[in-house]
Amino acid sequence: MKRAAFGQIGFPILLLIPQLVIIAIFFYWPAGYAIQSSFYLQDPFGFGSTYVGMDNYTRLTTSRTYLSSFWFTVIFTTLVTFFSLAIALLLAVKADKVIRGAKTYRTLLMWVYAIAPPVAGLMGVMLFDQSRGNITQLLASFGYDYRLGVNYWDTAAAMITVSIWKQIPVNFIFFLSGLQAIPRSVREAALIDNASGSSRFWDITFPLLAPTGFFLLIINITYALFDTFGIVDTIVKGEPGNNPMTLVYRVFVDGFRGGDLGGSSAQSVVLMVLVLILTVVQFRFLERRIHYT
Amino acid sequence: MAKVKLDGVRKVYPNGVEAVEPCDIDIPDGELVVLVGPSGCGKSTLLRMVAGLEEITDGTLMIGDAVMNDVEPANRNIAMVFQNYALYPHMTVAKNMGYGLKNRGLPKAEINQKVAEAAKMLNLSEYLNRRPSQLSGGQRQRVAMGRAIVRSPELFLFDEPLSNLDAKLRNQMRIEIRALQQRLGVTAMYVTHDQVEAMTLADRIIVLNAGRIEQIGTPGEIYSQPASTFVASFMGAPPMNIFTGTSDGQQATLDGGVSLNGAGAPSHTGKIQIGIRPEDVALDASGPLPFEVEIVEELGAHRLLHGRLSGQPFSVSVNKDQPAQTGPAKVALKPGAVHFFDAEAGRRL
Ligand SMILES: Nc1ncnc2c1ncn2[C@@H]1O[C@H](COP(=O)(O)OP(=O)(O)O)[C@@H](O)[C@H]1O
Ligand SMILES: [Mg+2]
Repeated sequence: MKRAAFGQIGFPILLLIPQLVIIAIFFYWPAGYAIQSSFYLQDPFGFGSTYVGMDNYTRLTTSRTYLSSFWFTVIFTTLVTFFSLAIALLLAVKADKVIRGAKTYRTLLMWVYAIAPPVAGLMGVMLFDQSRGNITQLLASFGYDYRLGVNYWDTAAAMITVSIWKQIPVNFIFFLSGLQAIPRSVREAALIDNASGSSRFWDITFPLLAPTGFFLLIINITYALFDTFGIVDTIVKGEPGNNPMTLVYRVFVDGFRGGDLGGSSAQSVVLMVLVLILTVVQFRFLERRIHYT
Repeated sequence: MAKVKLDGVRKVYPNGVEAVEPCDIDIPDGELVVLVGPSGCGKSTLLRMVAGLEEITDGTLMIGDAVMNDVEPANRNIAMVFQNYALYPHMTVAKNMGYGLKNRGLPKAEINQKVAEAAKMLNLSEYLNRRPSQLSGGQRQRVAMGRAIVRSPELFLFDEPLSNLDAKLRNQMRIEIRALQQRLGVTAMYVTHDQVEAMTLADRIIVLNAGRIEQIGTPGEIYSQPASTFVASFMGAPPMNIFTGTSDGQQATLDGGVSLNGAGAPSHTGKIQIGIRPEDVALDASGPLPFEVEIVEELGAHRLLHGRLSGQPFSVSVNKDQPAQTGPAKVALKPGAVHFFDAEAGRRL
């Protein structure tokens, strides 16, 4: 790589300033503020605050609602990650096999990716709608009384389904390009070595997709933890009631609806630590990225 | 070990390209046949149809006594070596070689023994636990060979297996492949675009051009009796000189006026093409043909003289002991040096 030479340090810093300012205003400042306020108990009406040390954190470990959200988030993340990866992989493998009209088929599948997330979320929610939702009506015809936003598990099912549905196109694109990066001759060698298609998949294709898969795993965990906020919000509509919610959504509900800024800040800090861990894992992986060839 | 028979085998790709015109090939048991031709002539397509990697549009393929058209590649009892080796990057050398056997349900001990045997034959014993990425190009090539050998196939298929190696290694591997094939006595089809490789390896050569078989014959036949101007100029380095000329049934005359006295002539009269190999010509001060030398190319063991005969481009190969300089010279033809081809299709007359 060519190294650009600058006469003095001033000019490069000047070029960096816009980026640094944005990061400072939208990340470091709020993050620092969250850490600070996680040690304080805020007056709900905004008239001052009291230093309470680790109280906000210890309160989390005993809060039934927080722990319930915690476990829900674990289950939610596991299911969303697993199914959005598995279904996308299945679709990618099928799409990869299509020969006639392959381009049209793939383009059609990828188009879904171009739909804006809120629109996708909204469309998903409409399918589960109390009175008009197609899925609600379908379930009703089987004699199941589906109640979105009322029944805890019904709501959870909708959140999980919509979140999976929304993430499949992204995973699909990555898996498909991963599949197409496997040299044709390697697959052909396998064709000569092994008559069984499914065993070829698990012995050859799947291990060669592992780097893509690991990358997507991290991306999907992050997605399920954080980027599903919009979907959860569309479904819960800011009325938590007895509904399940993810940790990120609880930060919002407790802080802005419940007025517990200290507790909510402590929750944010917990999430920040989680992100940090994920980031470290990801960078570790990217550094030692499995280079097969 | 098995004989191979292609009967009217033809390939039309879905996009309408006829990559291989209907062709008949008979390969006796244990023979090494080389398919040679320029890039894009359909060599790989033909080989891949035999392997089962490409569907056969028309015709019948038999390996041994069984029709193989609709048999899965894994059940054809073949082994294939690819140009880029196509090793499984996530498996060790031993696993790469044993994968086919494992899928046939052989016991582990037997697989290990066969792999160890093949590895020893190919000097790979110390690399069995390495991944392909930790091997050199030549070693990867050997692993690909080993993977083919351990399966004890009835037929070896090679698709330009040496193209990715440097010249020295290529020569060495060529000899090894030949020795191995003869020792194992397995029938083999070998694809290459390199005519030297074809000449040195083959029991028989099949020359392909634009999806058509131009000639099938031993290296000797192909060299001394080329069936067409295409074969004549493709096989042999430097290539055969091809002149335009005419024949009156008694004597052939090059366009430009020089007659080839005593070389005979085809019964065909009128326009013809005349071929003379550069090495079938001798510099001879008292020779009958005037040769205007323009360039002398030193090749070590011999020299190439490029110039004109009867106004047409002409190259002559002479021994290094023979002095040569540019300017006018005289040449004589060795007996049987002149080949006649028809003017349009270039078929041998
Ligand atoms: N999958 C394919 N679809 C359409 N045409 C193809 C395909 N593979 C090869 N061809 C065409 O068939 C011809 C022969 O190709 P190939 O057998 O690979 O040639 P070679 O191995 O002799 O270089 C070429 O013109 C090539 O463009
Ligand atoms: Mg080829």
